Amino acid sequence: MGVENILLGFQVAITPFNLFVAVIGILLGTIIGVLPGLGGANGVAILLPVTFTMPPTSGIILLTSIYWGALFGGAITSVLFNIPGEPWSVATTFDGYPMARSGDGGKALTAAFTSSFVGALFSILLITFFAPLLAEVALRFGPPEFFAIQLLTFSSFVGLGGGNPLKTIVSILIGFILATVGLDIVTGQLRLTFGFTGLMKGFDFIIAVIGLFGIGEILLSVEEGLTFRGVKTGINLRVVLDTWKILPRFWRTFVRSSIIGFWMGFKPGGATPASFMSYAFAKRFSKNAGNFGKGEIEGVVAPETAAHAAGVAAILPMITLGIPGSPTAAVMLGGLIIWGLQPGPLLFTEKPDFVWGLIASMYTGNVIGVLMVLAFVPFFAAILRIPFAILTPLIIVVCAIGSYAVHNSMLDIWYMVFFGVVGYVFKKLDYPLAPLVLALVLGDLAESALRQSLIMSQGSLAIFFTRPIAAAITLLAIFLFALPLITPWWRRMRGAPPAPFKPVAADS
Amino acid sequence: MRAADLITASVLILLGALVIVDAMRLGIGWGTDGPKSGFFPFWLALIMVVCCAIIMAQQTRITTRHIFVDREKLRPVLTVLWPAVIAVALMEWLGLYVASALYMGFYMRWVGRHSWFAVVSLSLAIPIVSFLVFEKWFFVPMP
Repeated sequence: MGVENILLGFQVAITPFNLFVAVIGILLGTIIGVLPGLGGANGVAILLPVTFTMPPTSGIILLTSIYWGALFGGAITSVLFNIPGEPWSVATTFDGYPMARSGDGGKALTAAFTSSFVGALFSILLITFFAPLLAEVALRFGPPEFFAIQLLTFSSFVGLGGGNPLKTIVSILIGFILATVGLDIVTGQLRLTFGFTGLMKGFDFIIAVIGLFGIGEILLSVEEGLTFRGVKTGINLRVVLDTWKILPRFWRTFVRSSIIGFWMGFKPGGATPASFMSYAFAKRFSKNAGNFGKGEIEGVVAPETAAHAAGVAAILPMITLGIPGSPTAAVMLGGLIIWGLQPGPLLFTEKPDFVWGLIASMYTGNVIGVLMVLAFVPFFAAILRIPFAILTPLIIVVCAIGSYAVHNSMLDIWYMVFFGVVGYVFKKLDYPLAPLVLALVLGDLAESALRQSLIMSQGSLAIFFTRPIAAAITLLAIFLFALPLITPWWRRMRGAPPAPFKPVAADS
Repeated sequence: MRAADLITASVLILLGALVIVDAMRLGIGWGTDGPKSGFFPFWLALIMVVCCAIIMAQQTRITTRHIFVDREKLRPVLTVLWPAVIAVALMEWLGLYVASALYMGFYMRWVGRHSWFAVVSLSLAIPIVSFLVFEKWFFVPMP
């Protein structure tokens, strides 16, 4: 167990073609991460059709590499432009931008990339060891257990996501309802089509992702009237080496942030809260807490380490349980299904070369990634100097091409525009989008798990409480659902003032 | 902000009601071999309607001074949205590449006020590049 598997994986990951794919993926991913309006999730969604003609392993390597690239790219805009390219890089701007302003941009970027790398590596190591174990446990799961896990997935959005819990629940339900549109896989009846043939196929979540995150985001950033006033920075080998000399001092921050990142990350919506939490902890324990917010290098290290650790950890439940930890992982999961692979614990026994190739490619991808971003920072920063009037239509055209390519259907582009408007409105009203997308992806799985469970139990919901594993998970899920109700009561009991509302966009 | 919230919640309640009606048609109870087709959507929609109703009730109690979007800011949003909608409509009969070339050219000239040379060369270059990438390298056919 273990060593020979990962060696097998490296044999898959280090073929010239797969390395080439990884380089392309990281390049595209970083560009996507730098551009406003294009994040990991819709970047992966737009390029998903491109992978249809590849072998699945190369396909997933391309998609994961885009994801790593997007994670790295977010740091560039945060530090140099004070614009978080991704929600989880918001905390990086607190100290990264002041550093760049005072001429330490190169140092801040080196610190950001290095900590991203360390955080990612930590999570990959844990995945390498835990994924097979988790998959083995999951093999014994029946429908009730899977439904319980899905409950848990969504309850953690409600309980830990921040924001209005009711709106989160509504988002989840909209996602599930959209997923039921079309052919019922169990009985073969048409549902919610109201006689329109166009609705028969149902809504594809890839289109929803492109519309909600891509178009919606563009509309938002146009409204805010983005202007890019960047700080120019030089990054050269000397700066990199000098920074590397200081960084080992912060090993405590690295370890703490990696653990926070991994722990938050394998639950959905984790990367953004993880980066904020890690920043807060670093500030709390640091000797120079007073310097936080004014350009403290530790304030860059902490959120970046956690965000990357969380981003990588989101892959763990996707490959072991078939339940994605983030919208990006959800899109990848959709890719697996399209390539004809059944995501879930069986992957480990049936397609070991795929799973271990993927895990090994996480190592190679992140090594390539950190080297590439360090070498090409000026190039990536230059992308943001492209005038907005060119970027905006370009991004919309790319989104349209991406949505069309999924099914070669014109109707999908209309859906994309529609989802774009919905995404814009929902974002403004604080309806979280990530749970909606996840529910849309998991809808069919969740429904069939629920129905099979009910068939097993002759229609009694007690089945979720009588099987030990299912019961434990269900109870935890119920606790998380109830958390927004419990917390204010608990605070009053202790006489503490209610905590200030922390805006957290669960969107990784 | 409040008005927008109320409108969104009512639209969602209407949609929920629609789903419930369709679910009733399909049957929400126990069929011969398990729950009927309408079972899952019915409960989803029911909970959604209840949640939206509570959101509406919450909104009527609190008053916020936030406005959803002011006219000043809405303008750039619409200048992105309407041309995009028109471009999508054009794609149906002009094909994706021609329509996106027109769209990009229009947007760059009208909003960005770039020179005609830049407009024409870029709006031709980008569809051609994407054509090459998608159709030649990855064999994904486009309209």
